[in-house]
Amino acid sequence: MAVPILKQSHYLIATIQAALTDADLVELRDALVARVGKFRSRGVIVDVTALDVLDSFASRTLRDIACMIRLRGAETVIVGIQPEVAFTMVQMGITLEDVPTVLDLEEGLAHLERKSRH
Amino acid sequence: MSKIKVEACVSVASDTDIVNARRQGRALADHIGFSSSEATLIATAISELARNIVHYARDGEILVGMVNGDSCPGISITARDSGPGIPELKRVMLEGFSTSGGMGLGLPGVRRIMDEFNIESQVGKGTTVTAIKWKR
Ligand SMILES: Nc1ncnc2c1ncn2[C@@H]1O[C@H](COP(=O)(O)OP(=O)(O)OP(=O)(O)O)[C@@H](O)[C@H]1O
Ligand SMILES: [Mg+2]
Repeated sequence: MAVPILKQSHYLIATIQAALTDADLVELRDALVARVGKFRSRGVIVDVTALDVLDSFASRTLRDIACMIRLRGAETVIVGIQPEVAFTMVQMGITLEDVPTVLDLEEGLAHLERKSRH
Repeated sequence: MSKIKVEACVSVASDTDIVNARRQGRALADHIGFSSSEATLIATAISELARNIVHYARDGEILVGMVNGDSCPGISITARDSGPGIPELKRVMLEGFSTSGGMGLGLPGVRRIMDEFNIESQVGKGTTVTAIKWKR
Protein backbone atom coordinates (compact mmCIF):
# COMPACT_ATOMS: atom_id res chain seq x y z
CA MET A 1 0.00 0.00 0.00
CA ALA A 2 1.32 3.43 -0.94
CA VAL A 3 -0.72 5.02 1.85
CA PRO A 4 -0.43 3.76 5.44
CA ILE A 5 -3.75 3.41 7.26
CA LEU A 6 -3.61 3.74 11.02
CA LYS A 7 -6.37 2.52 13.32
CA GLN A 8 -6.95 4.86 16.23
CA SER A 9 -9.81 3.75 18.52
CA HIS A 10 -13.00 4.05 16.42
CA TYR A 11 -11.32 5.81 13.54
CA LEU A 12 -9.07 5.10 10.59
CA ILE A 13 -6.44 7.62 9.60
CA ALA A 14 -4.95 7.45 6.11
CA THR A 15 -1.95 9.73 5.70
CA ILE A 16 -0.87 10.36 2.13
CA GLN A 17 2.95 10.63 2.10
CA ALA A 18 3.77 11.72 -1.45
CA ALA A 19 2.31 12.18 -4.92
CA LEU A 20 -0.05 9.32 -5.75
CA THR A 21 -0.76 7.59 -9.01
CA ASP A 22 -4.35 6.91 -10.05
CA ALA A 23 -3.84 3.24 -9.14
CA ASP A 24 -2.61 4.22 -5.65
CA LEU A 25 -5.75 6.31 -5.13
CA VAL A 26 -8.03 3.49 -6.18
CA GLU A 27 -6.13 1.10 -3.92
CA LEU A 28 -6.57 3.52 -1.02
CA ARG A 29 -10.31 3.71 -1.69
CA ASP A 30 -10.73 -0.06 -1.69
CA ALA A 31 -8.55 -0.56 1.39
CA LEU A 32 -10.51 2.03 3.38
CA VAL A 33 -13.86 0.57 2.42
CA ALA A 34 -12.68 -2.91 3.41
CA ARG A 35 -11.14 -1.81 6.73
CA VAL A 36 -14.09 0.24 7.86
CA GLY A 37 -16.01 -3.04 7.89
CA LYS A 38 -13.22 -5.11 9.39
CA PHE A 39 -12.58 -2.73 12.30
CA ARG A 40 -16.18 -1.47 12.58
CA SER A 41 -14.80 2.05 12.38
CA ARG A 42 -17.08 5.05 12.82
CA GLY A 43 -15.02 7.48 10.86
CA VAL A 44 -12.22 7.92 8.37
CA ILE A 45 -9.71 10.75 8.09
CA VAL A 46 -7.81 11.19 4.83
CA ASP A 47 -4.84 13.48 5.32
CA VAL A 48 -3.85 15.08 2.00
CA THR A 49 -1.27 17.54 3.39
CA ALA A 50 1.47 15.98 1.23
CA LEU A 51 -0.57 16.12 -2.01
CA ASP A 52 0.72 18.88 -4.30
CA VAL A 53 -1.89 18.28 -7.00
CA LEU A 54 -5.58 17.47 -6.55
CA ASP A 55 -6.88 17.14 -10.09
CA SER A 56 -10.24 15.99 -11.40
CA PHE A 57 -9.43 12.29 -10.97
CA ALA A 58 -8.11 12.64 -7.43
CA SER A 59 -11.08 14.73 -6.31
CA ARG A 60 -13.51 12.30 -7.87
CA THR A 61 -11.81 9.43 -6.03
CA LEU A 62 -11.98 11.32 -2.71
CA ARG A 63 -15.70 11.90 -3.31
CA ASP A 64 -16.15 8.21 -4.11
CA ILE A 65 -14.34 7.27 -0.90
CA ALA A 66 -16.63 9.47 1.19
CA CYS A 67 -19.71 8.14 -0.57
CA MET A 68 -18.76 4.47 -0.20
CA ILE A 69 -17.73 4.95 3.45
CA ARG A 70 -21.07 6.60 4.14
CA LEU A 71 -22.87 3.63 2.61
CA ARG A 72 -20.90 1.47 5.06
CA GLY A 73 -22.29 3.59 7.90
CA ALA A 74 -19.27 5.72 8.71
CA GLU A 75 -18.16 9.32 8.12
CA THR A 76 -15.21 10.64 6.13
CA VAL A 77 -13.38 13.91 6.57
CA ILE A 78 -10.58 15.27 4.38
CA VAL A 79 -7.83 17.21 6.16
CA GLY A 80 -4.84 19.27 5.09
CA ILE A 81 -5.73 20.67 1.65
CA GLN A 82 -2.85 23.08 0.97
CA PRO A 83 -3.62 26.72 0.07
CA GLU A 84 -2.14 26.39 -3.45
CA VAL A 85 -4.16 23.25 -4.03
CA ALA A 86 -7.36 24.95 -2.83
CA PHE A 87 -6.63 27.89 -5.16
CA THR A 88 -6.16 25.55 -8.12
CA MET A 89 -9.33 23.58 -7.37
CA VAL A 90 -11.37 26.77 -7.35
CA GLN A 91 -9.79 27.95 -10.63
CA MET A 92 -10.36 24.57 -12.26
CA GLY A 93 -13.95 24.36 -11.03
CA ILE A 94 -13.23 21.16 -9.11
CA THR A 95 -15.31 20.58 -5.98
CA LEU A 96 -15.52 17.91 -3.32
CA GLU A 97 -19.28 18.56 -3.15
CA ASP A 98 -20.60 17.55 0.27
CA VAL A 99 -17.43 15.89 1.56
CA PRO A 100 -16.43 17.66 4.79
CA THR A 101 -12.97 19.22 4.81
CA VAL A 102 -11.18 20.69 7.81
CA LEU A 103 -7.82 22.26 8.45
CA ASP A 104 -5.77 19.51 10.09
CA LEU A 105 -5.77 16.16 11.84
CA GLU A 106 -6.80 17.60 15.19
CA GLU A 107 -9.83 19.31 13.65
CA GLY A 108 -10.56 16.11 11.76
CA LEU A 109 -10.76 14.08 14.96
CA ALA A 110 -12.90 16.75 16.60
CA HIS A 111 -15.23 16.70 13.58
CA LEU A 112 -15.66 12.93 13.79
CA GLU A 113 -16.23 13.08 17.56
CA ARG A 114 -19.04 15.57 17.04
CA LYS A 115 -20.54 13.46 14.26
CA SER A 116 -20.56 10.21 16.21
CA ARG A 117 -22.19 11.84 19.24
CA HIS A 118 -25.25 12.77 17.18
CA MET B 1 3.43 32.87 -31.56
CA SER B 2 6.92 33.13 -30.07
CA LYS B 3 9.34 30.26 -30.28
CA ILE B 4 9.17 27.44 -27.78
CA LYS B 5 12.37 26.01 -26.35
CA VAL B 6 11.52 22.46 -25.31
CA GLU B 7 13.11 21.54 -21.98
CA ALA B 8 11.61 18.11 -21.35
CA CYS B 9 9.71 15.53 -23.30
CA VAL B 10 7.90 12.86 -21.31
CA SER B 11 6.29 9.85 -22.94
CA VAL B 12 2.95 9.18 -21.38
CA ALA B 13 1.36 5.74 -21.37
CA SER B 14 0.57 4.97 -17.73
CA ASP B 15 -0.48 6.61 -14.51
CA THR B 16 3.11 6.76 -13.23
CA ASP B 17 4.00 8.76 -16.37
CA ILE B 18 1.27 11.26 -15.41
CA VAL B 19 2.99 11.83 -12.06
CA ASN B 20 6.37 12.12 -13.79
CA ALA B 21 5.09 14.63 -16.37
CA ARG B 22 3.63 16.93 -13.75
CA ARG B 23 6.79 16.69 -11.64
CA GLN B 24 8.87 17.82 -14.62
CA GLY B 25 6.44 20.64 -15.32
CA ARG B 26 6.63 21.86 -11.75
CA ALA B 27 10.44 21.75 -11.82
CA LEU B 28 10.52 23.91 -14.95
CA ALA B 29 7.91 26.29 -13.51
CA ASP B 30 10.05 26.70 -10.38
CA HIS B 31 13.13 27.24 -12.53
CA ILE B 32 11.41 29.98 -14.56
CA GLY B 33 10.41 31.64 -11.31
CA PHE B 34 6.66 31.05 -11.10
CA SER B 35 5.11 31.32 -7.64
CA SER B 36 4.21 28.10 -5.91
CA SER B 37 0.48 28.72 -6.60
CA GLU B 38 1.20 29.15 -10.30
CA ALA B 39 3.42 26.06 -10.32
CA THR B 40 0.52 24.12 -8.82
CA LEU B 41 -1.81 25.39 -11.56
CA ILE B 42 0.73 24.32 -14.18
CA ALA B 43 1.26 20.88 -12.63
CA THR B 44 -2.50 20.37 -12.45
CA ALA B 45 -2.97 21.34 -16.11
CA ILE B 46 -0.29 18.82 -17.09
CA SER B 47 -1.99 16.18 -14.97
CA GLU B 48 -5.32 16.68 -16.77
CA LEU B 49 -3.78 16.64 -20.25
CA ALA B 50 -1.60 13.61 -19.50
CA ARG B 51 -4.54 11.69 -18.09
CA ASN B 52 -6.60 12.44 -21.18
CA ILE B 53 -3.79 10.94 -23.27
CA VAL B 54 -3.70 7.75 -21.16
CA HIS B 55 -7.50 7.43 -21.05
CA TYR B 56 -8.45 8.29 -24.60
CA ALA B 57 -5.36 7.76 -26.76
CA ARG B 58 -3.46 5.12 -24.70
CA ASP B 59 -0.14 6.85 -25.26
CA GLY B 60 1.43 10.08 -26.37
CA GLU B 61 3.80 12.69 -25.03
CA ILE B 62 3.98 15.85 -22.99
CA LEU B 63 6.52 18.52 -23.87
CA VAL B 64 7.26 21.33 -21.47
CA GLY B 65 9.27 24.30 -22.57
CA MET B 66 10.16 27.92 -22.11
CA VAL B 67 8.73 30.61 -24.29
CA ASN B 68 9.52 34.30 -24.56
CA GLY B 69 6.59 36.67 -24.78
CA ASP B 70 6.71 40.37 -25.65
CA SER B 71 7.51 41.45 -22.13
CA CYS B 72 7.83 38.30 -20.03
CA PRO B 73 8.84 34.65 -20.16
CA GLY B 74 6.35 31.83 -20.00
CA ILE B 75 5.99 28.09 -19.77
CA SER B 76 4.44 26.08 -22.54
CA ILE B 77 2.83 22.67 -22.31
CA THR B 78 2.19 20.57 -25.36
CA ALA B 79 0.23 17.32 -25.08
CA ARG B 80 0.10 15.29 -28.26
CA ASP B 81 -1.04 11.86 -29.25
CA SER B 82 -1.90 9.82 -32.32
CA GLY B 83 -5.11 8.50 -30.78
CA PRO B 84 -8.69 8.53 -32.06
CA GLY B 85 -9.04 12.31 -32.15
CA ILE B 86 -12.08 14.29 -31.02
CA PRO B 87 -15.10 14.42 -33.34
CA GLU B 88 -16.93 17.16 -31.45
CA LEU B 89 -14.28 19.68 -30.57
CA LYS B 90 -16.80 22.41 -29.68
CA ARG B 91 -18.69 20.22 -27.26
CA VAL B 92 -15.66 18.90 -25.36
CA MET B 93 -14.73 22.48 -24.50
CA LEU B 94 -18.04 22.87 -22.66
CA GLU B 95 -17.87 22.09 -18.98
CA GLY B 96 -19.55 18.81 -18.11
CA PHE B 97 -19.09 17.08 -21.45
CA SER B 98 -17.47 13.68 -21.10
CA THR B 99 -17.55 10.47 -23.09
CA SER B 100 -16.20 8.47 -20.16
CA GLY B 101 -18.49 9.37 -17.25
CA GLY B 102 -15.88 11.88 -16.05
CA MET B 103 -16.70 15.36 -14.82
CA GLY B 104 -15.78 16.88 -18.16
CA LEU B 105 -13.72 19.45 -16.29
CA GLY B 106 -10.29 18.67 -17.68
CA LEU B 107 -10.10 20.63 -20.93
CA PRO B 108 -12.32 23.60 -19.92
CA GLY B 109 -10.42 23.82 -16.62
CA VAL B 110 -7.03 23.80 -18.33
CA ARG B 111 -8.19 26.51 -20.72
CA ARG B 112 -9.32 28.62 -17.75
CA ILE B 113 -6.14 28.30 -15.69
CA MET B 114 -3.67 28.85 -18.54
CA ASP B 115 -3.27 32.15 -20.44
CA GLU B 116 -3.25 30.70 -23.94
CA PHE B 117 -4.92 27.52 -25.10
CA ASN B 118 -5.14 25.79 -28.42
CA ILE B 119 -6.52 22.40 -29.36
CA GLU B 120 -6.22 20.67 -32.70
CA SER B 121 -7.70 17.30 -33.36
CA GLN B 122 -8.35 15.13 -36.34
CA VAL B 123 -10.50 12.05 -36.15
CA GLY B 124 -8.37 8.97 -36.68
CA LYS B 125 -5.16 11.01 -36.56
CA GLY B 126 -4.78 12.37 -33.05
CA THR B 127 -4.96 15.38 -30.80
CA THR B 128 -2.54 18.17 -29.87
CA VAL B 129 -3.20 20.60 -27.07
CA THR B 130 -0.89 23.55 -26.50
CA ALA B 131 -1.16 25.86 -23.51
CA ILE B 132 0.98 28.71 -22.22
CA LYS B 133 1.16 30.51 -18.92
CA TRP B 134 2.99 33.84 -18.77
CA LYS B 135 5.08 34.84 -15.82
CA ARG B 136 3.86 38.37 -15.16
N1 LIG C 1 -6.39 13.23 -26.16
C1 LIG C 1 -7.68 12.94 -26.41
N2 LIG C 1 -8.01 12.08 -27.42
C2 LIG C 1 -9.30 11.79 -27.68
N3 LIG C 1 -10.36 12.31 -27.01
C3 LIG C 1 -10.10 13.17 -26.01
C4 LIG C 1 -8.76 13.53 -25.65
N4 LIG C 1 -8.81 14.41 -24.62
C5 LIG C 1 -10.11 14.59 -24.35
N5 LIG C 1 -10.90 13.85 -25.16
C6 LIG C 1 -12.39 13.84 -25.21
O1 LIG C 1 -12.86 15.06 -24.64
C7 LIG C 1 -13.76 14.78 -23.56
C8 LIG C 1 -13.62 15.87 -22.52
O2 LIG C 1 -12.32 15.81 -21.91
P1 LIG C 1 -12.13 16.44 -20.45
O3 LIG C 1 -10.75 16.19 -19.99
O4 LIG C 1 -12.60 17.85 -20.51
O5 LIG C 1 -13.16 15.65 -19.54
P2 LIG C 1 -13.12 14.10 -19.10
O6 LIG C 1 -11.75 13.54 -19.32
O7 LIG C 1 -14.23 13.37 -19.79
O8 LIG C 1 -13.45 14.18 -17.55
P3 LIG C 1 -12.45 14.74 -16.39
O9 LIG C 1 -11.23 15.26 -17.06
O10 LIG C 1 -13.23 15.81 -15.69
O11 LIG C 1 -12.17 13.57 -15.52
C9 LIG C 1 -13.41 13.39 -23.09
O12 LIG C 1 -14.51 12.76 -22.47
C10 LIG C 1 -13.01 12.70 -24.40
O13 LIG C 1 -14.15 12.27 -25.10
MG1 LIG D 1 -10.02 14.59 -18.66
